[in-house]
Amino acid sequence: MQYRKSLLAAAAVAGVAFAGLGGAPSVEAKTFKYAFQGSLSTLDPHGLNETFLLGTLGNVYEGLTAYDADLQLVPALAESWEVTAPDTWVFNLRKGVKFHGGQDFTADDVIFSWQRAGSDGSDQKVRASLISDIRKIDDHTIEVKTAAPNPLLTQEMVQLLIMDKEWSEANGTVTATSVSGGEEGNFANLNTNGTGPFMVTENTQDVRTVFQRFDGYWGTTDTNVTEVVLTPIAQDATRVAALLSGELDLVYPVPVQDWNRLEGAAGVQPLTGPEARTIFLGMDQSRDELLYSSVKGVNPFKDQRVRAAFAHALDLNAIRDRVMRGAATPTGVMVAPQINGFNEDLNTPYEYNPEKSKALLAEAGYPDGFEVTIDCPNDRYVNDERICQAAASMLAKVGVKVEVFAQPKSKYFAKVLQQNGYDTSFYLLGWTPGSIDSHNVLANLLSCQNVEKKIGLFNLGNYCNARVDEITALVEKETDPAKRQALIDEAFRIVQEEVGYLPIHQQPLSWGVRDGVTVAQRADNVLDFRNVVVP
Amino acid sequence: MLSFIARRVLQAFVVMAVVSLVSFSLFNFVGDPVNNMVGQEASREDRLQIREELGLNDPIVIQFARFLGNAVQGEFGLSYRIRRPVSELIAERIPATLELVFVSALVALGLGIPFGVYTGIKRGTFASSTVLTVSLVGVSLPTFIIGIGLIYLFAVYLGWLPSSGRRGVEEIGWWRTSFLSIDGWRSIILPALTLSLFQVTMILRLVRAEMLEVMRTDYIKFARARGLSEQKINYGVALRNTLVPVITIVGLNVGGLIAFSVITETVFQWPGTGLMFIQAVDFVDIPIMAAYLCFVALIFVLINLVVDILYFVIDPRLRLSGGR
Repeated sequence: MQYRKSLLAAAAVAGVAFAGLGGAPSVEAKTFKYAFQGSLSTLDPHGLNETFLLGTLGNVYEGLTAYDADLQLVPALAESWEVTAPDTWVFNLRKGVKFHGGQDFTADDVIFSWQRAGSDGSDQKVRASLISDIRKIDDHTIEVKTAAPNPLLTQEMVQLLIMDKEWSEANGTVTATSVSGGEEGNFANLNTNGTGPFMVTENTQDVRTVFQRFDGYWGTTDTNVTEVVLTPIAQDATRVAALLSGELDLVYPVPVQDWNRLEGAAGVQPLTGPEARTIFLGMDQSRDELLYSSVKGVNPFKDQRVRAAFAHALDLNAIRDRVMRGAATPTGVMVAPQINGFNEDLNTPYEYNPEKSKALLAEAGYPDGFEVTIDCPNDRYVNDERICQAAASMLAKVGVKVEVFAQPKSKYFAKVLQQNGYDTSFYLLGWTPGSIDSHNVLANLLSCQNVEKKIGLFNLGNYCNARVDEITALVEKETDPAKRQALIDEAFRIVQEEVGYLPIHQQPLSWGVRDGVTVAQRADNVLDFRNVVVP
Repeated sequence: MLSFIARRVLQAFVVMAVVSLVSFSLFNFVGDPVNNMVGQEASREDRLQIREELGLNDPIVIQFARFLGNAVQGEFGLSYRIRRPVSELIAERIPATLELVFVSALVALGLGIPFGVYTGIKRGTFASSTVLTVSLVGVSLPTFIIGIGLIYLFAVYLGWLPSSGRRGVEEIGWWRTSFLSIDGWRSIILPALTLSLFQVTMILRLVRAEMLEVMRTDYIKFARARGLSEQKINYGVALRNTLVPVITIVGLNVGGLIAFSVITETVFQWPGTGLMFIQAVDFVDIPIMAAYLCFVALIFVLINLVVDILYFVIDPRLRLSGGR
């Protein structure tokens, strides 16, 4: 229980510090209690590249840049920056910033954190590898060289959280906590020392995590909260009950089916909005014969008419109304409005037209349709399995018999992803670009599969168009916003015309809050304590 | 006696080995842990490297041998998800489960025995049939429904008890107890009640059946003839004779309670080993799943061993035959 002792010691020190300042702190103590379905699997900011973990640790640690409540990029530990050459950035670091342990924030900490993020066991290696070198100009100025010209560097830096060099060295945690053993990284797995507005004072894994306000925080925030308590509650029904009983101020996610109950109950309400995650169906367009289909000898999805027939058979409004209780936003493009590069003009969904769909199928040589199996997770996205079932019944109306194979996410991903050889013919997937930029979608979903270049690896059906690949490479380096947007539009238009994917909708964010509590519901489903105000 | 115990211990080892082999071979079908251990942007090389480091590419037989070799030394490796030693995690979680099982066993005995005696003696009365009918609820409704129902009644509607979690925890050495505070007791009531309902029904019906049996025996008639009070006959003579099978069943059921606490712990977010197991299944955290299954098997084997030895001590026929 070593880590608990040190946490208690830290809390005791903090208590003494308060006492030293002359009794009670000037601000009124306010506690904000919330529950999420999962818990923090590690406190190591380089341990796992996952939205919930990084978003929550973002209250404790900070990057050079950050997102505000509307997902707009704002300066954080870097005050300003400029691009001096296509592959060179100069960052002016914020002065007077202190870590929770009292250490000063300097250029050395940034260089150290970048190196640590690239160490074995780190899940931030991809991000760290964007940078080829960091040169210290003085204590508060650094020059960053990128491996290739990269207009998105500042977006990527949001998630590269900065640790203190001194503290890490003193505690023997200079490399990231490895998943395969070795005690070296374990100190940061259980302890924190960031620059953020909150510090972790207690962390009983999977039971309770307590955050206290850090008085030495450099910035000003909107929050009036002095203490935050996170309780993981895995069961949906239990989580909702904990809100209804008045024990908690906020819970998320809330099942879409429970919105009416929250609206009917006194003192609580559902808080909903569109998430930046796009849900879509993908089709195997590379094999010569589908793995799971009645059609032998040819792959019907290689025929653009068949793909278009599928697109015209799906009634996205019906999915929104019946499966998602009106809360989803049907979409025609593979990125959400919050994502950099989104263009409303392209966002018209394919027309719902079963007659046209039947005609296209007949034209392609399948007047009586055919059979195919869709792979579907059942615990990953909002109502994922029910979306697949709805799509199956809609496709049945045009003669295509779709069998739904729904599995828990661990089994589903083990089957369909690259390491299992993309074992699927037709699948449902959801995607939020971590960099909040369209390039991420181009590179991961729309480029041809290419293991060596590490692109298209989540393009499970291997939709492939040479021009889209070319554009992806150009977008990565293009720094002129107008030219870049034109390229992105061109790529999205090609994918749309060729029916490379079948976009469904942006799924809803679904939180439940107590009356009087205000929070900013960010489209990436991150709860930022900086925006929380309790009555 | 010694050879009997030695034989039983040997059998226990064989059972443990079989259980661990069966559970281990199941892990091939639960999914790929690596997808959960890295974010979506992680490169293929990193994923392959992790698989290699975890030894997931080795044949299942080698993986099992390695697991067994470590397990006999009490070493279960690091959790894939939280990257801490599994033995430490189990030690952290076990007090919550044992306290829950302890309280629910008390509830089961405290409700089951008196009601069993009552319905056994006052056969056919309205009160008896009501108790018997209501007790059927305990076996016919799924634990999950009962748990959610209790939460909505006592936490949401009445607001008397906390809806979930384990509060008021204090440390005595490494043991984290919730017995020392009001909050702790308030939070254990609902899960313990939920977990005990099935046992209450079973004990109630067992005691009732035994009572009916015993009341027909000659020594009860003699006791009546001797003019003993009804009170003394019912509780002093009859109940005592029904208790032998009841204690056996309750003993065996403690193992079952630990194993079945999985659902109750999930519903109430009770931080015991059962909840940890469910989280591990979700994440494909193989080291925790393996350790937990071995742990449950060990408890069953130990309880059976103790019961066997007790029989040997109690029953002279076994002793005479040398336990064969």
